[in-house]
Amino acid sequence: MRRWLVRLLVLLTLTFGTIYVGWRWVFSVNWANWWIGVPLVVAETYSLIDAYLFGLTVWRLRVRGEPPPPPADATVDVFITTYNEPVEMVLATALAAQRIGHPHETWILDDGAREDMRAAAEAHGVGYITRSEDWQNRPRHAKAGNLNNALFLTHGEFMLILDADQVPDPLILDRTLGYFSDPRVALVQTPQWFVNVTESDPLGSQAPLFYGPIQQGKDGWNAAFFCGSNAVLRREALMQLGIVGYVREMSAAVRAALDAGSRVIARAVRQARRDADPALPALLGVQQAVGQARERLASGDAVADVTYEFQRQVDEAARGLVSSDLAGIEADLRAIRALPVDHDDELGVLVVDEAALERLADREWSPLGAIESVRGLLAAVDVDRDDEAQPMMPLATVSVTEDMATCMRLHSLGWRSVYHHEILAHGLAPEDLRTMLQQRLRWAQGTIQVMLRENPLVQRGLSVGQRLMYFATMWSYLSGFAALVYIAAPVVYLCFGVLPVHAFGLQFLEHFIPYMLFNQLLFLVVGYGIRTWRGQQYSLALFPLWIRACVTAAANVLFGKPLGFVVTPKTRQARGGFPWRLILPQTVAVAVLVLACAIGVLRLWTGASTSTIGTFVNVAWVAYDLLVMSVIFRAAAFRAPETDDQKVD
Amino acid sequence: MDMETRDLADGVGLLALGGRLNMVSAPGVKAAIDELIGGGRPRVVVDLSSVSFMDSSGLGALVAGLKRARQAQGDLRISGANEQVLTVLRLTNLDRVLRPRDTVEEAGRDW
Repeated sequence: MRRWLVRLLVLLTLTFGTIYVGWRWVFSVNWANWWIGVPLVVAETYSLIDAYLFGLTVWRLRVRGEPPPPPADATVDVFITTYNEPVEMVLATALAAQRIGHPHETWILDDGAREDMRAAAEAHGVGYITRSEDWQNRPRHAKAGNLNNALFLTHGEFMLILDADQVPDPLILDRTLGYFSDPRVALVQTPQWFVNVTESDPLGSQAPLFYGPIQQGKDGWNAAFFCGSNAVLRREALMQLGIVGYVREMSAAVRAALDAGSRVIARAVRQARRDADPALPALLGVQQAVGQARERLASGDAVADVTYEFQRQVDEAARGLVSSDLAGIEADLRAIRALPVDHDDELGVLVVDEAALERLADREWSPLGAIESVRGLLAAVDVDRDDEAQPMMPLATVSVTEDMATCMRLHSLGWRSVYHHEILAHGLAPEDLRTMLQQRLRWAQGTIQVMLRENPLVQRGLSVGQRLMYFATMWSYLSGFAALVYIAAPVVYLCFGVLPVHAFGLQFLEHFIPYMLFNQLLFLVVGYGIRTWRGQQYSLALFPLWIRACVTAAANVLFGKPLGFVVTPKTRQARGGFPWRLILPQTVAVAVLVLACAIGVLRLWTGASTSTIGTFVNVAWVAYDLLVMSVIFRAAAFRAPETDDQKVD
Repeated sequence: MDMETRDLADGVGLLALGGRLNMVSAPGVKAAIDELIGGGRPRVVVDLSSVSFMDSSGLGALVAGLKRARQAQGDLRISGANEQVLTVLRLTNLDRVLRPRDTVEEAGRDW
């Protein structure tokens, strides 16, 4: 019943929305003021696409009833990930995990390797895992690395992943394991719910729209998301992901290294010919080996065979080659140590610095130096992935938030995911604005990174529905740019009488109001019984943060700029005064909007503006903007109530 | 999981496996490969002809073994995989890295 009402409202919203935005493009853009007219119609088009994606999501709302019974013999590891959270908090979660009814083993994955954490775990009989020594001086990959490390030190069929603050219900496994009776299911995600949040939730911590209709809608398309905690995963699926990823990344890196090596050696050969260097035959031997290796790879020979043979041939060619120019060798060896194949510390992805590679290829190598550099290039990326702690990284490390990337890869390998809508763990949300902003920034950056690195629209193995479900979430993070336009347009009209549309007359309202009404009605029905207003507010009110996330993530992916990654503190930060600095852009926006209203009314009164309806529409628009943005000031003024068990400072 | 090791040639060790190579037996297999390499046999042939079933964790043990072997300037090869094992190798594309040989003799050749 509700499902059909939702579908009807989706159809009505999208029909009227398409009519409105179509009318806007064809008949009502004020091209004379294109500099505001075009951004506005583009922003409205953005919002309409967002509405389409939302409509598609809720079209297949899947409400799963009682879960199937758990298989009695399933072996399970419970992983509690921690980095720097207080020992008492982690221990409380671990003790609750021990009380989970279904047979399992509990492990604390301590990335901080703290002695007191280890002692507490041992005292209570909880397993304790830190990084193995393989990880020393190698990219650590944050939480994904922590989980990948544990994956190879345990052997349960399934694993429940919990953040340090997520206290599990004893029934959490009994209620979720049953879904794995379907051998294609790789993931069961349950909601994240926070206990330290007040009724009004000024920081917007609860995400009832996401852990509800949106996840249920994605579930309907077999695209329920993995959210990093409160989820059960099938080990076999993750391991398969690890092997597939290993093969893909390693093959690509070996190819890149051989390409670079062939340029280095070609130059060295030219040089040696010119100087009639006695090392020429050795260089030619290496050049031949590089060429052969590239050919064999291209024809589909197994990579391990090709690289092994290659290393042997290079050894052979270099044997007996003694250079008299010791000083030159010294310099060469230094350059080899700084080979341009490196790892991004945050992301751990292989970065081949093109400019540095050019310099390397242009360098005046001694013959031995050239051979060593080719050997070094390949060794850096050889099948053993000497640069990585583990050859396999089952959990994706492509993005700072590993969850979405991992889940997308699972789906593209044909695995299924399940969203089980029942609160089975209780966690702690950030309690101050600064921490909350850091957390949202991290999520947004991670999402944009995945979108840029592994665009879901072109991923092989995903169904059309799955592609759009991933894309929908990414698309929603672009809202900051639209918000900027939605703030600027009424200001420009009220202050200067500049019209982005032909007229804000009745014709405008006729087209706009049905769209807006049905859109709100759809939200009301989809979100019946849950609070969706906070989420709506924050999608506009955090516009500076969304923009920053897009810009930094794009700079990171495209130009390798660091993100300035932060781990979200689970404990409250020291209290200060009202955090004006954090909400400066919003404060400026509010001041400008209020001022614009005053000027608009004044202009109407003095006769500088003649359109009452235009002024009315724009003042109403500003009022809506202000109502939405008011939440950020409530959040900034918010002081979480002190309770004994949460006190940290 | 049954495991048996012996020398094939100078510096070449053979690890013959039997039974199920899965998440339970994988750590032991990895340790056995490490032991061969640590004992001065950087080139290792893993004979899978008696392995009835292998999952991705089993493949993981082979990849980890390959890493250890390469770090010791050696290599790792596999032989005698049955249809099920070949299927998981193909499914994960691992056959593009680690070419399965038909017999131990073939795996030990040209090293």
